[in-house]
Amino acid sequence: MHLPLASQIINLLAAILLLLSFAMLTQRRILSLINLFAMQGLALTLSTLVVAYSTGQHHLYYSAALTFALKVLILPWVLHRLIRKLNVKWDVETLINIPATMLVGIVLVILAFNVALPISQLAGTITKSTLGIALACVLLAFLTMITRSKAVPQVIGFLAMENGLFFAATSATYGMPMVVEFGIALDVLVGMVILGVFFFQIRERFDSLDISHLEKLKEE
Amino acid sequence: MISWSGLVAQLTEILLAVLLAPILLGWVNQCRAWLQNKSGPGILQPYRTLRKLFEKEAVLAHGASPLFRATPYVLFACMCLAAAIVPILGTDLPFSPAADAIALVGIFALARVFISLAAMDIGTAFGSLGARREMMVGFLAEPALLMTLFTASLISQSTSLATIVQHRAQAEFVIYPSLAFAGIAFTMVSLAENARIPVDNPTTHLELTMIHEAMVLEYSGRHLALIELSSALKLFVYSCIGIALFFPFGIAAGGDSVGLMLALPALVAKLAVGGFAMALIETLSAKMRIFRAPEFLGTAFLLAVLAMLIHFLLEA
Repeated sequence: MHLPLASQIINLLAAILLLLSFAMLTQRRILSLINLFAMQGLALTLSTLVVAYSTGQHHLYYSAALTFALKVLILPWVLHRLIRKLNVKWDVETLINIPATMLVGIVLVILAFNVALPISQLAGTITKSTLGIALACVLLAFLTMITRSKAVPQVIGFLAMENGLFFAATSATYGMPMVVEFGIALDVLVGMVILGVFFFQIRERFDSLDISHLEKLKEE
Repeated sequence: MISWSGLVAQLTEILLAVLLAPILLGWVNQCRAWLQNKSGPGILQPYRTLRKLFEKEAVLAHGASPLFRATPYVLFACMCLAAAIVPILGTDLPFSPAADAIALVGIFALARVFISLAAMDIGTAFGSLGARREMMVGFLAEPALLMTLFTASLISQSTSLATIVQHRAQAEFVIYPSLAFAGIAFTMVSLAENARIPVDNPTTHLELTMIHEAMVLEYSGRHLALIELSSALKLFVYSCIGIALFFPFGIAAGGDSVGLMLALPALVAKLAVGGFAMALIETLSAKMRIFRAPEFLGTAFLLAVLAMLIHFLLEA
């Protein structure tokens, strides 16, 4: 029942991706969070490259290059610049009860694995068993967004979710059409720029990036 | 049926474990000294300490119960039994059917219960403080250790350590992502269980931060020597479990004597590398607050559970 080597490497990278998702879930420092996000992008690039090489799908090379440029170089750079300008580089977020969050994370992983099992049996790709991990990454990124109260970590959670979705697309169908991928890449980039503007606006209005202040924005 | 050759191999293995354990401890301490730019006491220092302690008179506190007196011997017996079960040189061990991986965790738990009771027996504040901390670390580390062992058991379909090692040593090379996760979890657990740096500082002289040391403050002479030897043996057994589960290559598969001869240098080399890695981890990390320990061990448990889930998803 031994799998081919390429498939084993993809499985290993998928496992690393899942591990990085958990690390992001429990990371207190914003700076480390960005670095973890960049590492996740790197793992994603490598797995896309291995899939591209082992299946001979040429468009996956382009998408790997796109992932590398966007998620390992540009977005972390933009984020680093943002937190430097916002002066929150050394911010430490008080996360309540990390063990409990991790247990919720494990439940989510079990859920994702069970949900993905029937779907992945329908797929004929060599990466089909990693679909569960991709789904788990998406859900864990959701959880990261939910448990954070500051704006920048929430956006990183959002970007990590996009990583998970991209991985799901690669593992289920060998990636989306090129046009769609370019569209999403552009969306993420533009979204990042707009959110960056938002950060400054939020801070100017409330003197902090804690978005629980936004709940007070009601007309009396 | 126990054959004579098997019995000899088994006894040799236990003897080897008892003899090598202080050297391993000395090697870890020596590496740590080197990494901190100190000259270090030499790898035979634990032997010198043991000799000094054995020659000293044992002093017992007033009101010490027989339990206090018996604990060092129970501890040493537990660790010897553990060393007998774990495949150190070969997998042909007559004692190994007596206990599988789960019972092994039980043996460690028995030792922990005894030393905690003995620490509380005298009634000093530091003793019970250390005992309570030890139990806290223990009950968090145990599930993680069990999960790690289960992951290895699932891969080779058996909870017997000898069978697991035989299966892993003979199978062709396959990347198991689950074993990588389990390996990290096991490293974290063994750091906590052996009172090494992120959780406990073995060289501390500050009673308030002690865990393991606080429990043995009342012991002296040959009792203390036996306890120190048991701690060294525990570290050795943990290292051997790690080697057996994650790097079993080079171990003698059957009971052949040539294989056993070749397995010894392989074991020493692997232990040397493992000890250096442990010293490196200890040098690079700082001791954490005691209330951070649940987080640390919770992470180990998480990794072990993830290893099991990943095994079911990717490798089953």
